[in-house]
Amino acid sequence: MPKLKVNDIEVEVEEGLTVLQACEKAGAEIPRFCYHEKLSIAGNCRMCLVEMEKSPKPIASCAMPAADGMNIKTNTPFVEKARKGVMEFLLANHPLDCPVCDQGGECDLQDQSMFYGVDKSRFKENKRAVPEKHMGPLIKTQMTRCIHCTRCVRFATEVAGVSELGAIGRGEDMQITTYLEQSMQSELSANVIDLCPVGALTSKPYVFEARPWELKKTETVDVMDAVGSNVRVDTYDWEVKRVLPIINEDINEEWISDKTRYACDGLLNQRLDTPFIKYNGKFEKASWSEVFKIIKSKFENSSNDKVCGFVGDLTNMETGYIFKEFFDRTLNNKNYDSRSDNRFLDISERENYIFNSSINGIEDADLIFLIGANPRYEATMLNARIRKAFVNNNTKVISLNDVGDLTYSYKNLDGQTQTIKTIFEGSEEISKEIISASKPMIIIGESLLKLHSAEHLFNIIKNFLKKNNKFTEDWNPLNILSCDAATVGNFDLGILNSELNLLEELKSNKFEIVYLIGQDNLEFNKKDEFVIYQGSHGDKGAEIADIILPGSAYTEQDGYFTNLEGKIQKAYKASYPPGEAKEDWQIINELAEVMNNRKLFNDKEELESSMFNYLKLQQEKRVTINKEKTTLEFQNEKLNIQLKEYYFSNVIARSSKTMIECNNSKLNIKSTGTEG
Amino acid sequence: MSLRRPAKNQPETFEFNSSSMEEANKIVLKYPEGKQQSAVMALLYIAQKQNDNWIPLAAMKYIAKFLDMPYIKVYEVATFYTMYNLSPVGKYFVQVCTTTPCMIRGANKLVEACKEKISDKENELSNDKSCSWMEVECLGACVNAPMMQINDNYYEDLDKEKATEIFDKILNGQNPKPGSYRGRLNAEPENNRKTLMDVKNA
Repeated sequence: MPKLKVNDIEVEVEEGLTVLQACEKAGAEIPRFCYHEKLSIAGNCRMCLVEMEKSPKPIASCAMPAADGMNIKTNTPFVEKARKGVMEFLLANHPLDCPVCDQGGECDLQDQSMFYGVDKSRFKENKRAVPEKHMGPLIKTQMTRCIHCTRCVRFATEVAGVSELGAIGRGEDMQITTYLEQSMQSELSANVIDLCPVGALTSKPYVFEARPWELKKTETVDVMDAVGSNVRVDTYDWEVKRVLPIINEDINEEWISDKTRYACDGLLNQRLDTPFIKYNGKFEKASWSEVFKIIKSKFENSSNDKVCGFVGDLTNMETGYIFKEFFDRTLNNKNYDSRSDNRFLDISERENYIFNSSINGIEDADLIFLIGANPRYEATMLNARIRKAFVNNNTKVISLNDVGDLTYSYKNLDGQTQTIKTIFEGSEEISKEIISASKPMIIIGESLLKLHSAEHLFNIIKNFLKKNNKFTEDWNPLNILSCDAATVGNFDLGILNSELNLLEELKSNKFEIVYLIGQDNLEFNKKDEFVIYQGSHGDKGAEIADIILPGSAYTEQDGYFTNLEGKIQKAYKASYPPGEAKEDWQIINELAEVMNNRKLFNDKEELESSMFNYLKLQQEKRVTINKEKTTLEFQNEKLNIQLKEYYFSNVIARSSKTMIECNNSKLNIKSTGTEG
Repeated sequence: MSLRRPAKNQPETFEFNSSSMEEANKIVLKYPEGKQQSAVMALLYIAQKQNDNWIPLAAMKYIAKFLDMPYIKVYEVATFYTMYNLSPVGKYFVQVCTTTPCMIRGANKLVEACKEKISDKENELSNDKSCSWMEVECLGACVNAPMMQINDNYYEDLDKEKATEIFDKILNGQNPKPGSYRGRLNAEPENNRKTLMDVKNA
């Protein structure tokens, strides 16, 4: 490992690191524009110049590999003069429009020009002007501000996997452009806004909304998919202004998907802000005490086993838990479920419903087999990780179905379940590949679990992997790709009914009262059921309801979510519920009090500790049963991947105008016929 | 620099003809399997030669497909290098060197000749659409200044009359003889000097 001196401090760095990284290790901050940890090195902004002993000229530290015996100086007048010179050139063509620039206050160029900028310009020539580019509904361009760091170009080609951005021309005529004049064909496109060190690429939906210092920043997790990306929610009073990624190397690294970032305007529309009661087919506003009274009398007038409850896809674990407690303790029945489809699920072992190899594990895998999954739309961040593995390690990817462009190349099979069967009975070429792989990953999508022979297939896959010793202490090849934020948490809490098929019973109208918590995906013909809907948005669930209890969205209450890997993370309260809406757990707690004169839990802390106790007990109770049942019925089926519409996959996204625009912009591209 | 942006009128399609194809395949073979993209510059040049000295967008798309690389990468390369012409320049493409040595030896007179004979402005096609001219930086033939390049040939030791003569020939469809127009062989010294010892008043 090379040893070098930075400002007379000895540092030892790993082989292959750059001088810039060595300087950071020694505690010397280096200004930079083009360098970014997660992208390849370009070395074109020249802001990171440092002085190196025996070098007559300053060196670009981001592009110079650290070598033994280097003597680096970062704080000499020589360095400062060099950086000032670079800054002067950068500012020569940069417009002085900070007061009207959305990047103001969080602009790298603005910050660094405070240190290295010169107060007046020596350039008498005209500044150049660059025409704006059209980059779709998410990215606003102001290309005159561009300093050609090419971060966006490198992000698009390396991380997002769409080679649509490029730098054309040279010298003063250089421009960053998409030749398409269309939105980028990527679900990660808006990350270029964060990457842009100046105001050339800014957020279109957030344009002129707020200044960064006016916003309250809350670090929390995202619920748009089951990945659980770590985000920062910026609020101005009640309103969620924007969502930004925060770094979590285990989950989303530094990026988030466009849906995570821009569905937040859905939190402002279609909100339920007061309790409603349906009279003669019309909703009328009511007070909490009124609706609770009605619900109580309804519950009293029907027998307990005629009540059922469904938990939705964005519900946090506390709410799920108290809902379960409400049924267990107040109503004395177990008619609750969190599934809105007939999917196969065996919760006797936790590994049967989580992503066992973990997201980080993707980079260690040597073979990835996708069965009934389209990770690009079901878990965008996870797909970015598969692409990373594909690019860095040349990981082989096989998919049972042809799922279109996944941003990396893969081998696709015929999409028949018979193929799965033959592969996992061990007689195919791919079977041998799986056996010979040291860390294979089998990624099973929800579409497979919804098949008739799901149980049979699931068991032969698992047994095949077991038989070939693919389950080791540090590797579990079985991965279930859940699509919704609440799925794994609900299964952990046991919110499902394995004895009765509640959905079938519901469809045959056996229940008198249906209690929905944020569950909008149920398909049943309502007859005489009394439907209580508790949730944040007026959507499909609220439409069929007789009573609406206004709840909170994920940014308005503290709550735990378990991501698809089984990692439990807390979403923090960034804003408060609108109008008379309350936090979800509170509503159920108060309802229980109305019914039994006793609250289920005294406060949130008691609820949380009770929930964690329950989770712990569940974990201990689980015993690994080595059952080898593969004799279940099997029939060959075509495995169709059922995707929810990507931009409308949950209530928040459905209420978001930006998501509609995104959807339309993708549709337009399809209709021009140039996409192929 | 007006040639650095693609022309407005673009042909719909482009394909290598058989001789270009042969040449292109030969170049691609020089690179190891999977590294064919390195041939992009040579292929762009072949396309330019085939298409009357300029590269249409269709050719870039064709080359991108030919080398299995993103179109934007080809576009970047084509817009970066000044010797790729992105708009029509005429079958005879005249480049007049106006860098210092040529300028001292009277390159401006050649420019005048261009303006009179070909077109008023740089990069404008002549009346019969067969010819255009532009000023360029040093072409590396300073010993024979002033000079100009027409397609692949250098015409050296010129003055206004000689340049006009060359243009007349070109516009009549003739092929004027390349090389020095003061009777020199390549860059040999004038007046039969063979060594520096012969130089008087040096």
